[in-house]
Amino acid sequence: MENKTNKVREPLFHITKRSNNAMKPAAAWGVRIAAVVVALILCGVVTVLLTGENPFKVYETMIDGAFGSERKIWALAQNTAVLLCISLAVTPAFKMKFWNIGAEGQVLMGGLATAACMILLGNKLPPILFYPVMIIASVAAGAIWGLIPAFFKAQWNTNETLFTLMMNYIAIQIVSYFCYIWSVPKGSGHIGIINSASQMGWFPKIGGQSYLCNILIVLVLTVFMFIYFKYSKHGYEISVVGESENTARYIGINVKKVILRTMLLSGAVCGIAGLILVSGTDHTITRDTAGGRGFTAIMVSWLAHFDPIYMIITSLLIAFLEKGAGQISTNFGLNDSFSEILTGIIIFFIIGSEFFINYEIKFREKEAKK
Amino acid sequence: MVVQIIQRAVMQGIPLLFGSTGEILTEKAGNLNLGTAGVMYVGGISGVIGAFLYEQSVEVLNPALAIIIPVLACLLGSLIMGLIYSFLTVSLRANQNVTGLALTTFGVGFGNFFGGSLIKITGLDVPSITLTRTSLCFQKSLPFASKLGWFGDVFLSYSFLAYVAVAIAIICTIYFNRTRSGLKLRAVGENPATADAAGINVEKYKYLSICLGSMIAGLGGLYYVMDYACGIWSNDAFGDRGWLAIAIVIFAIWRPNLSIVGSILFGGLFIVHNYIPGLTFASQELIKMTPYVVTIIVLIVISMLRKREFQPPESLGLSYFREDR
Amino acid sequence: MSRQAAIELKNITKTFGNIIANKDVNLTVYRGEVLSILGENGSGKTTLMNMISGIYFPDHGQIFVDGKEVMIKSPKDAFDFKIGMIHQHFKLVDVFTAAENIVLGLEEKGRYNLKKSVKEIQKICDQYGFELDLNKKIYEMSVSEKQTVEIVKVLYRGADILILDEPTAVLTPQEIKKLFSVLKNMRADGKAIVIITHKLNEVMEISDRVAVLRKGEYIGTVETAEANESILTEMMVGKKIELNIERTDVEKKEDRLVVDNISYVNHEGLKVLKNVSFTARSGEILGIAGIAGSGQRELLESIAGLRKLSDGTIVYNNPQTGKKDYLRDKTPVQIRELGIRLSFVPEDRLGMGLVGNMDIIDNMMLRSYRKGKSAFLQRKAPKDLAEKIIDDLEVVTPGATTPVRRLSGGNVQKVLVGREIAAAPTVFMAAYPVRGLDINSSYMIYNLLNNQKEKGVAVIFVGEDLDVLLQLCDRILVISSGQISGVVDARTATKEDVGLLMTKTGGENDGE
Repeated sequence: MENKTNKVREPLFHITKRSNNAMKPAAAWGVRIAAVVVALILCGVVTVLLTGENPFKVYETMIDGAFGSERKIWALAQNTAVLLCISLAVTPAFKMKFWNIGAEGQVLMGGLATAACMILLGNKLPPILFYPVMIIASVAAGAIWGLIPAFFKAQWNTNETLFTLMMNYIAIQIVSYFCYIWSVPKGSGHIGIINSASQMGWFPKIGGQSYLCNILIVLVLTVFMFIYFKYSKHGYEISVVGESENTARYIGINVKKVILRTMLLSGAVCGIAGLILVSGTDHTITRDTAGGRGFTAIMVSWLAHFDPIYMIITSLLIAFLEKGAGQISTNFGLNDSFSEILTGIIIFFIIGSEFFINYEIKFREKEAKK
Repeated sequence: MVVQIIQRAVMQGIPLLFGSTGEILTEKAGNLNLGTAGVMYVGGISGVIGAFLYEQSVEVLNPALAIIIPVLACLLGSLIMGLIYSFLTVSLRANQNVTGLALTTFGVGFGNFFGGSLIKITGLDVPSITLTRTSLCFQKSLPFASKLGWFGDVFLSYSFLAYVAVAIAIICTIYFNRTRSGLKLRAVGENPATADAAGINVEKYKYLSICLGSMIAGLGGLYYVMDYACGIWSNDAFGDRGWLAIAIVIFAIWRPNLSIVGSILFGGLFIVHNYIPGLTFASQELIKMTPYVVTIIVLIVISMLRKREFQPPESLGLSYFREDR
Repeated sequence: MSRQAAIELKNITKTFGNIIANKDVNLTVYRGEVLSILGENGSGKTTLMNMISGIYFPDHGQIFVDGKEVMIKSPKDAFDFKIGMIHQHFKLVDVFTAAENIVLGLEEKGRYNLKKSVKEIQKICDQYGFELDLNKKIYEMSVSEKQTVEIVKVLYRGADILILDEPTAVLTPQEIKKLFSVLKNMRADGKAIVIITHKLNEVMEISDRVAVLRKGEYIGTVETAEANESILTEMMVGKKIELNIERTDVEKKEDRLVVDNISYVNHEGLKVLKNVSFTARSGEILGIAGIAGSGQRELLESIAGLRKLSDGTIVYNNPQTGKKDYLRDKTPVQIRELGIRLSFVPEDRLGMGLVGNMDIIDNMMLRSYRKGKSAFLQRKAPKDLAEKIIDDLEVVTPGATTPVRRLSGGNVQKVLVGREIAAAPTVFMAAYPVRGLDINSSYMIYNLLNNQKEKGVAVIFVGEDLDVLLQLCDRILVISSGQISGVVDARTATKEDVGLLMTKTGGENDGE
């Protein structure tokens, strides 16, 4: 205590919230872009350290991995589209401050329904009937998986973060179960390509491109979600509930109903993502079909401030890192998990940069006083 | 066979116990670290790297060093993970869920990357990372355990890290309930504004508990590789144990002593399908679902009961800023 | 008798964004005295004290404790200087027991031994006559028990400079009496006591000196013995209160809203409203007076359909259909669907009436977005309305697309009141609509309320400033501990009449 009274010093700095003099959007984006640049430099340094390659070569390899050939560009677009689709799916829930980290499971359940239709009905129904049934089943499966935690949240305020997290693993086990039930050959635990001969239930190739259909679906979804958030009454209610439940009650919004409806939507879009993955991409299902994208999507959505248009950019960034780092791994004989390290680093930096946008650090005034 | 089931359940449960105890410590300070899965990966691989480098550098292992080096490497690796998380969520007040998920992405990637590329990077001429010699040092159990029949098998047959895990869980329980500092820590997690007003350094407590929690969780990864997997690192073998550890936190309603029971129980559910006769592969997968279902049931029941003592720390997941108005 | 200064503040300034909470405040607290800090709501009393207790850090200025300049960077530093503050919003951990809360944060030598501490705490309780179950959990306690815990906590820590932020707001008269006798004992012990309040009678009763703040500025300090209520009031509000609020008379009055015998039990099981009955008439402003937290909020929210009543009826006499509509157990949407235009300005503007992160246009839409069958929003009408309100009510804002969170308090309130009036209500309820507003904005709000009244709206106005209530309203309903303690005619009643009713605890209705 003594030295405190003797040494009269202001703290070196103190932090205040920018409540009234908030940063201008342009400046805020400047900070974020700066964060990405610094992170990319750091990623380069890490890569150089691990591979001993010169840094320009590293970036060149990354760009080559993502955009190097027509096939690579299509793959990049496909990865971006799937990630974007799941990011769009989790966004309505997050705007409502409902922490749905169960996209992984919702996607899997959607995919499982798709696979089930393909396997069980694929050669029994005429296509005109089959495709609608498959689509509806996938959407419904995802929606139901999202609705279960929402129901408990609305009814008893059960913690949705932990609930949805657990639902992921239940979904994974259910998928594993069916992988054995439907496995080809029997007992192998793998389903293999479904309907490889008839291609029943596969998305059609458009202009010879097998991924174009997926990409178009996601583009339509993006526009739909953008409009939904910005111009629809539902979207408006989601924002109000997310900002303040009291205000929502005050103007007579049925909060429980909005929670249920929004998670239904969130799960349904996840179901579509499952459909795209199974019917439009893999033509099979495994327990890794979602492949952690349900979690990555949360970061994509958050980094884009829940704006569908920005999400195109953020999901492209993550997909680019995946492909680029994958190329580095191949070229230098490294493990392909390298991309996850780089993704982690970039996200850390962007998360950190938000602080400098929302808070202000005031340093001690340097005038000498005696 | 019952003895064998218990033994296997305990061995499965110990990594979960480390993970859940670490997570409880973190959550008691009000931080939901969804990065625990990543932290455990990093803890495991850091230990592996330490052990690998040591094994490659000497001819004959010194048993003490063979244990100390991986343990320190593991603690260091997981400490760095804890520091990243606490810097972002405590100092920079970042969203805990997003930070935690990023930490998991990073940590799992880190583990798999080094697991797959360690040999290439170090340029050593070995076919695979097999740390059997180090593992044998870790696996040493009490010599007289086998002479005590079933009692020895059930209680004394494990390696030292297993007892460390139980000890840490008990120490944490005592710490939370019987010490002044534990009281302060709980206050930070319940109501940081109150803790702050009471003169408690909120940031210090959060940092310490997150970092210690990470280090404890990291040991779970180390135990898994060195004891359970006999020193053989294979990518993704650790699986979803990190998430299961978070599930146990709920199951144990934020009490480390209950998490001892919970971890062994969940460990048992993990392997019980091997002991139920007549199961198909398919139905085994359904049985593996039980831990998660049980967790959800617990979650629902505590939310319906609304008993305050059973709830998560009140400010869990929220960042604290003193001048917030 | 020489007085020893315990705390001295010199030129303390603190700003939050563009809001100046304290400006160049100078203040001295002596040992062995009770100093009252007097000021209206929003005058910066609490902010100032928070800087002494380490919650905020001043932008400029110096703090001296016992004559030495000090830096109070955190509450811990404040404790080291033996400064203890009892906050208006209790700083207690709900799942801890009283004893755990009391020992929390205290650096004691030796092992942690709660039982031993309990004995010591009990000693303090006995010494001052506090009745407290130390093993009871906070979430099981009543408000006054919680306050007792707070006070015992500070005493247990051996604070000799005590700051109490509006300690009497939640207490019954008996409890206040007890509190004051404790404070007097501590003063005799040589402790320095600061009590923040805006109640003049308490100032006169307990304090030795009174320091007055007005809009963040230090006005002066007077010896209580040399002061009287009118001098203090003048210092507090700046000029003698002759508000000159216009009050018109409306000839034709109808019973619009008849509240009969309603009761409400909150989620903690406390009966917050007890058998409340009154009638709100068209063409009349019905004032509601009472100590903060006496059930005003619950009353208005019950009428607005936001709370589930345990008893009673609310009847609306619909002027269009001539029928009676029963409002109890109806949701806000159902009430609107009956064609009842009920406007409500809640006290928590940004937490309930408006969404801070949305712009003015989207906030306008809160009331109207449901109109029409389309699934999409219509932004044209709300945009026009936003612009009209900005013009008519002189809202200072960069534009209609500015988030309301960035506006100052007065402008936020204009946006909210403007929107509620635009709904052409037949019943208009406003809770503390001028809280935190400057004089001009306040008068604008009074005029708007008067306009509504002239249009035949039944206005219900919950206020805290008695002068305003008496000059603006037609009748004043006084609420005390959830009960109506009286209804007076605002044209003939005096301040004392209302003040007495506010503190009256209706004994006869309690025994049920």
